[in-house]
Amino acid sequence: MIEIKDIYKTFGDNDVLKGISATFQTGKNNLIIGGSGSGKTTLLKCIVGLHEPTKGDVFFEEENFTDMDFEQRVPIRTQIGMLFQNSALFDSMTVEENIMFPLNLFTKQTKAEKLDRANFCLERVNLAGKNKLFPAELSGGMKKRVGIARAISMQPKYLFVDEPNSGLDPKTSILIDELIDELTKEYEITTVVVTHDMNSVMGIGDNIIFLHQGQKWWEGSNKEIAHTDNKELNDFVFASKFMQAAKSKL
Amino acid sequence: MFHSLGKYILLLRLSFRRPEKFKVYWAEVMREMVSVGIGSLGIISIISVFIGAATTIQVAFQLSSPLVPRSIAGSIARDSTILEFSPTISALVLAGRVGSSIASQIGTMRVTEQIDALEIMGVNAPGYLIAPKIIAGMAMVPLLVIVSIALGITGGYIACLASGDVTPADYLVGVHDGFDGLTVRVALVKAVVFGFIIASICAYQGFYTSGGALEVGQSATKGVVYSCVMILFADLVITRIML
Ligand SMILES: Nc1ncnc2c1ncn2[C@@H]1O[C@H](COP(=O)(O)OP(=O)(O)OP(=O)(O)O)[C@@H](O)[C@H]1O
Ligand SMILES: [Mg+2]
Repeated sequence: MIEIKDIYKTFGDNDVLKGISATFQTGKNNLIIGGSGSGKTTLLKCIVGLHEPTKGDVFFEEENFTDMDFEQRVPIRTQIGMLFQNSALFDSMTVEENIMFPLNLFTKQTKAEKLDRANFCLERVNLAGKNKLFPAELSGGMKKRVGIARAISMQPKYLFVDEPNSGLDPKTSILIDELIDELTKEYEITTVVVTHDMNSVMGIGDNIIFLHQGQKWWEGSNKEIAHTDNKELNDFVFASKFMQAAKSKL
Repeated sequence: MFHSLGKYILLLRLSFRRPEKFKVYWAEVMREMVSVGIGSLGIISIISVFIGAATTIQVAFQLSSPLVPRSIAGSIARDSTILEFSPTISALVLAGRVGSSIASQIGTMRVTEQIDALEIMGVNAPGYLIAPKIIAGMAMVPLLVIVSIALGITGGYIACLASGDVTPADYLVGVHDGFDGLTVRVALVKAVVFGFIIASICAYQGFYTSGGALEVGQSATKGVVYSCVMILFADLVITRIML
């Protein structure tokens, strides 16, 4: 379980986050949604400590992560898997080396075991056999999927994914959603997904947080989101004609 | 200025924290050594021969008095090559070649969030990225300088053969005469220090890049300029202390 309490983040005079509190339950898909530039990535980075929050605290299982120094954070960090919005693959390494990198540093596995794990992860994201390619040789969507494979290679207890489906076709997109959902339920992972893909919201949104004007504007499940009367959320979710049509059938 | 110095020292301290896994770091050190050493051998060889040759011709020109033996030219050219030209000019060239690549490599990793990705995994990013480069720099620059000295003196010999200002035999006598091991020690101390300066300053510039591709280029430029200035400053200090 991850708890965030009253997170503020300011860049210069740009107040991006203004007091966000939330609880992310274990074994649940926690979604953060919101318009472009609403601070979703910023919030994610505050949670994992890549940005220091201007104010507020983050707790991993009751432990105050914000107060820890680098060394104290390492045991928690090795249990974190993260997909960055732009994938952030190591471009001097092949796909396989990318996925095996944390295993090399933090496990005592043999070469064969690590390779097995890499192949398994690649299979899960539908990229079996792409082991020897370099990031520069991948499409945007493939990079995303390698990023996911790398994020899950250490069997993380906490999984953070920033827009896992952007740049993916609808079919692969659903596959990735299902993968995230499966892992979360099967391994009891605390998962936080940043997305603006409405299919994901409806498909796997156990708990959804809607960011608007730097605040947690709304929180609820995918069952509730269809019937909300929150105006801003409605405008956001049902912006497309397709979603409006879908709503009338709900 | 003092703020940057503090940040630089802090970064160096972070870089030399105990590694997560020695084997992985060792592999990085080896990779960097090959990239610095083998990668720079060509350019260092070429410039060294030219510098040795030019120095010898110039010294011979300045010593045109019949009162001094012609072989002195060999001694003077040797000492200037060992003490000053080989270490310093090699280091300046290496700052351009190795330093800019260190700064732009680390800078690119910063702006594409690869350093964040390392950090998220619990990797000590400065240790993994910077320490191997500093170690490789401090190990390989001295080796390159030794190569440079040997080729510089050879270059002087070639100049004598070609120009005849000094006979090759006189030159060789001069090179042997009054050789002092201290000069080589000074050259090696300089080389180690220069290696450290190039790798650490350029890594620092790269590590604290923010923005995009444009800023990566600026970091590389800054890294090269600052390391060149620091190389010449250190050159002066070491020369003053050791000679
Ligand atoms: N490193 C930074 N320095 C300064 N400002 C930043 C930085 N990162 C983000 N911001 C600002 O914070 C705001 C929120 O950015 P953020 O990346 O969190 O948005 P987002 O919700 O993830 O958007 P998107 O859906 O487009 O990815 C933006 O106004 C942006 O300008
Ligand atoms: Mg974002």
